[in-house]
Amino acid sequence: MAPETLLFYALGAVAVAASLLVVGQRNPMYSVMLLIVSFLALAGLYILLDAPFLAVIQIIIYAGAILVLFLFVVMLLNAEKEQEARAALGTVIGPRRAGAALGVILAAELGWAFWQMARGEGAGVETAARAPGADISTVRAIGQVLFTDYALAFEITSLLILVAMVGAVVLAKRHV
Amino acid sequence: MVSLTHYLVLSAVLFAIGTAGVFLRRNLITVLLSIEVMLNAANLSLVAFGRELGTVDGQVIVFFVVTVAAAEAAVGLALVIALFRLRESLDPDAYTSLKW
Repeated sequence: MAPETLLFYALGAVAVAASLLVVGQRNPMYSVMLLIVSFLALAGLYILLDAPFLAVIQIIIYAGAILVLFLFVVMLLNAEKEQEARAALGTVIGPRRAGAALGVILAAELGWAFWQMARGEGAGVETAARAPGADISTVRAIGQVLFTDYALAFEITSLLILVAMVGAVVLAKRHV
Repeated sequence: MVSLTHYLVLSAVLFAIGTAGVFLRRNLITVLLSIEVMLNAANLSLVAFGRELGTVDGQVIVFFVVTVAAAEAAVGLALVIALFRLRESLDPDAYTSLKW
């Protein structure tokens, strides 16, 4: 098996297993740690997809800042292991089994849609913008597009972060 | 040979796991974590399509998605903290005062 295929399946398996455990097990601190593992696997997948800058961004910002913030809040609020969801009166199937079954159905539906697309039926991928040999993996390439075509979105994002910062401080402030 | 479809199916599976988590979990913080799982699944398919079409736009959009996810996580966790101060509980069932 080619090393790329092997790496894809290994990283994909780690990502799916870690995400399943995030959703499935009860201690919220373990959930955050497992999500960090999942994000590291996704960073590896980004490297496989010729996006090394994005892989590093994922590790530094997503795993290294956002999830650490989650961890702080989990420890601050002393979040405990959660209890079993109580089944509503009069149901035969518990909420967890029904939710898991619906999750499997959603995954199967999405997978079927993508498989049909790969076979060429249904709405295909638009090929007008294809330039498969282009070098998209450098920071220069991202920077050139980010600061010209997406400059407005970039500035609006900085405003968004400012508003989020003010909002977070105001919401979490203790009113004395 | 790993094609675009492989990445898309993986993204679909992760998205479904995240969605199941949002509906199933009885802890507000873990619900927010499941939303992060869904965002990452979408990021993966964006990057896969960007590589397939040979443009860098996929990565730039993911850059913005990560930023918006950071802002949303900050505000969402501030809300969770404020709610916890009110009811001393992280169970979504404790916040049903709008239910008829």
